Amino acid sequence: MQEFEYVAPTSLEDAVKLMAEKGPKAKALAGGTDILIQLRGGRYQIDRLVDVKNIPELNQFSCSQSDGLTIGASVQNYKIYESSEVQRLYPAMVDCASLVGGIQVQGRATVGGNLCNAAPSGDTIPTLIAESAQALIAGPNGQRTVPVEEFCTGPGRNQLADGELLVSVNLPPVKPNYGAAFLRFIPRNEMDIAVANCGASVQLDESRQKIVSAKIAIGSVGPTVIYCIEASNSLAGADANEASIEAAAAAAQKAASPINDMRGTVEQRIHLVGVLTKRVLRIAISRAKGE
Amino acid sequence: MATVTGQEVVDPGEYKIIGTRPVRHDGVDKVTGRAKYGADVQLAGMLHGKILRSPHAHAKILSIDTSKAVALPGVKAIVTSADFPILKDQSLDFGETQGNIRMLAENILANQKVLYKGHAILAIAATDQHIAEEALDLVDVKYEQLTPIFDVKEAMSKDAPVLHENLTTIFRVDRFGKGEDTGVKGNVAGLIQFKRGDLDEGFSKSDIVVEREFTTQTVHQGYIEPHTSTGQWSQDGHLTIWTSTQGSFVIRGATAAILGIPESMVKVIPMEIGGGFGGKTITYLDPLVAILSRKTGRPVKITMTRKEVFEGTGPTSGTYMRCKMGATKDGKITAGELYLAYEAGAFPGSPVGGGAMSGFGPYKIDNLQVDGYDVVVNKQKTAAYRAPGQPQAAFAVEPVIDELAEKLGMDPMDFRIINSVHEGDRAPSGVPHLKWGCEEVEQAMRDHPHYNEKLDGPNRGRGVAVGYRLNAGGSGSSATINVNSNGTINLITGSVDIGGTRTAVAMQAAEVLGISIDDVNPTVVDTDAVGWTGATGGSRIAFDTGRAAILASYQVITEMSERAALLWDVDPSDIVFEDGIFVSNKNTEDTMSFKELASKLMGTGGPVTCSSSDTQGGVGAQLAGHIVDVEVDPETGKVDLLKYTTFIDAGKAAHPSYVEGQMQGGALQGIGWALNEEYFFTEDGTMANASFLDYRMPTSLDLPMIDTVIIEVPNARHPFGLRGVGETVLIPPMAAIANAIHDAIGVRMDRLPMSPGAILEALRDNK
Ligand SMILES: Cc1cc2nc3c(=O)[nH]c(=O)nc-3n(C[C@H](O)[C@H](O)[C@H](O)COP(=O)(O)OP(=O)(O)OC[C@H]3O[C@@H](n4cnc5c(N)ncnc54)[C@H](O)[C@@H]3O)c2cc1C
Repeated sequence: MQEFEYVAPTSLEDAVKLMAEKGPKAKALAGGTDILIQLRGGRYQIDRLVDVKNIPELNQFSCSQSDGLTIGASVQNYKIYESSEVQRLYPAMVDCASLVGGIQVQGRATVGGNLCNAAPSGDTIPTLIAESAQALIAGPNGQRTVPVEEFCTGPGRNQLADGELLVSVNLPPVKPNYGAAFLRFIPRNEMDIAVANCGASVQLDESRQKIVSAKIAIGSVGPTVIYCIEASNSLAGADANEASIEAAAAAAQKAASPINDMRGTVEQRIHLVGVLTKRVLRIAISRAKGE
Repeated sequence: MATVTGQEVVDPGEYKIIGTRPVRHDGVDKVTGRAKYGADVQLAGMLHGKILRSPHAHAKILSIDTSKAVALPGVKAIVTSADFPILKDQSLDFGETQGNIRMLAENILANQKVLYKGHAILAIAATDQHIAEEALDLVDVKYEQLTPIFDVKEAMSKDAPVLHENLTTIFRVDRFGKGEDTGVKGNVAGLIQFKRGDLDEGFSKSDIVVEREFTTQTVHQGYIEPHTSTGQWSQDGHLTIWTSTQGSFVIRGATAAILGIPESMVKVIPMEIGGGFGGKTITYLDPLVAILSRKTGRPVKITMTRKEVFEGTGPTSGTYMRCKMGATKDGKITAGELYLAYEAGAFPGSPVGGGAMSGFGPYKIDNLQVDGYDVVVNKQKTAAYRAPGQPQAAFAVEPVIDELAEKLGMDPMDFRIINSVHEGDRAPSGVPHLKWGCEEVEQAMRDHPHYNEKLDGPNRGRGVAVGYRLNAGGSGSSATINVNSNGTINLITGSVDIGGTRTAVAMQAAEVLGISIDDVNPTVVDTDAVGWTGATGGSRIAFDTGRAAILASYQVITEMSERAALLWDVDPSDIVFEDGIFVSNKNTEDTMSFKELASKLMGTGGPVTCSSSDTQGGVGAQLAGHIVDVEVDPETGKVDLLKYTTFIDAGKAAHPSYVEGQMQGGALQGIGWALNEEYFFTEDGTMANASFLDYRMPTSLDLPMIDTVIIEVPNARHPFGLRGVGETVLIPPMAAIANAIHDAIGVRMDRLPMSPGAILEALRDNK
């Protein structure tokens, strides 16, 4: 590892400036559970590491029925899954935030870091997509908002231009008869990168028998987490039953374009997308029904 | 036969200390972080070394240009294989595995050819490790790439690329014999063969025959502490090494031989060790830090990263195996044929001999043939791993046993008991058995509640497997006892303490001397401070070093009896020592405890210090057995363990908690090997998963409670009946889990690891 400068700004303005000055030679540091390993492994050569944990905007954390869920980019996972409001309103965020790494990692790791790291396997990203989250970005030219499904552009690559920082992810308020869930498959029971993962949400009608709309996202089966538009659309107007679930799972499998690697084969991953999508949809529907 | 279950000692036996569970002497320092490990060594002026490793699996080294690296400020010295003296082929004993000193040196630093990805080429010492690391990038090595060969079967074929031009097959009928050179060139370094009876006749007598093929992958011991060594070569030519090793004398011998200096000039200080499992019985770093220190006049330390541990040290063999067995309708095994081909890695010396000796070990088979091939491939040179070679062979034999029992409609434990091996029966290698607990362990398994309770639910299954190992020992252990004036003793050994052996050995001395365990201060010292002692391996320390301590204790009693005789003015032969009390036969009122007498040594001839060494060996044959319940998710292929019980014949459990710890640890390593562990090689021989993230050892969430049942059939060759317990525990798990998976989903898994992907594929192919 080569020498670099470490700075810890306390305002968003300073942070953006410090990032912009060094362009691609600056990197943000949130929990450090990805970036420190990558720096040590020689993946990046940087001049400056900008610690973003002392910036007020990035530490926002609020959750309510009326305003939705705001997760500042520096908020650690444990705060998310320990919040009783998040547990009540956004159980799918608990599903994913609580299985990243182990206890120690959850004390440092952030959803913001997970998203910016843009790994195809990032475990909080499918849920963010399923929950229609928006990413708030600040940069030298001001602030902008991007839907999470557009945030990641390739493995390890994202929308952020030089000097830009992720401020927060914002999940819209949940309506009645809405439910979401997340599952991941790993060979062990903890400490693994997803072989495949899946997040999904469903909005049921008042009878709770029909699906009004749905969002399905799958991970570790393509260059980025994939928002499965056709699978999602197939559920709009469909009955909330096994046949619809089967059809959506088959469509999700078509959206997957995995590779063979040490974590799984193409065949295994496509198979798992089917299994996980079905299981996740069953949980999401059951949550939407208030079961 | 006494049985110890969990915390409860059913039959404590006639001992005061043996069989109890005292707190370990090194415990407080270890849990408070005060114990010193190799990486803790800090010396004034110390330099840090880093190793350049081959990016190719098989290549000729054309040139090495270090000029830019040397020019980097902070770089102090570089060592390449040119710094080693020219070495002749000469064998060296590492306790668990034998080796050739020239090849050992070539594994430490490649000489002309690199033979695996990760093969060390040179090391650089600099003022800090970041500079050393940067300097590595400045070294320019030119290679001529050669075709690598990774698969054991392909490596054995006639037209396979050859790793070593002059390698010929050595034929052996005895694992440690010299063997005969067949003159056949290729990648097959050895064939070991055991034959008995007449195979054709045996199979013709059988009513049922099962034959299966099996493959396993390279796996690593996965010790937590990476290899580390610090060397200081002083101006008078003395070399001191602080290192993480299982055998300080082995490191001394190997380092001296590689450097071409007398052993007496080398002092090896074994630091506390963070696991070894056989993998720390050989040297990788010690000669490098030595030469770097000689060149710079400063101490030099090298500590490997985890990636280096995976890529540059010795895992155990991937294998291809075939097992064929026949049995009669009433369950008698009539013949067995076992074909084992083990990858040795880049240099000869796979543990196939261990597999050949043990695979059929639990069964009385009159007609058998075992062929074990030692094959070089372009992978890491294998090193010992807990019962070297034996878990693989059991993975080939035990599922065949299970299938035979299934086809015969017999209970798999009953089937094993029918074919059990008793005193006087011969092991596969031909050696006759002394009394051992083969059938006792099997009966304990069959009668255990776990084996007999109902297992309900879909996709759940129960499996059993046993494992046999002949623990040899006898490579040599020394012990010195110094009696202190307050009646305590200092017990000095050279046996690196991995599994609690300080205390297990101390308990044996305390039992003989009639003193409390707290009155023994056991220390592990360097190679200058104690007699020659072989490595901590082969499950031999509680037994061998224990025997050395017992012999030294007997000497202490003899000497102290002489002192008592002096005080009471009687003949030493009139002194009796019983229950820790010296009594005079002439006047039974003349009694003195060990403590009292210890306070009177100065007036009666001075300190009592007694040393002994022991090479008798006979750590003993042993059976271990495992019962496991699993649940398989047929949609994902994931196997979850529901319940696990392990059994072993410990001879006598000196410290039952330590025996249980070995049993649980062995089961857990086997569970990892069974379900997920493997070196995942890409096409060019890169280990793609060289981290604990992707080299998937079990975490605590992956394990059920591992219950333990200790069986005690005393070993006649040890005063307290001990058998070594460190290794046999790793033999049964893979086979037991494979058998359980079959019971759960009807699929016979014939390859390791039985990962979710592999199970899905097997389910698919089974349809
Ligand atoms: C042992 C271990 C286990 C793990 N297990 C999992 C797992 O199960 N699932 C999983 O998905 N991941 C896992 N990870 C990866 C990692 O923990 C997660 O991706 C985590 O969410 C990253 O968050 P962080 O705050 O640590 O990010 P950091 O490492 O601090 O940053 C990650 C990346 O995001 C950038 N970044 C951070 N904050 C900002 C910002 N505000 N604006 C712009 N860029 C920013 C950084 O520059 C860097 O490129 C594991 C890591 C470890 C070490």
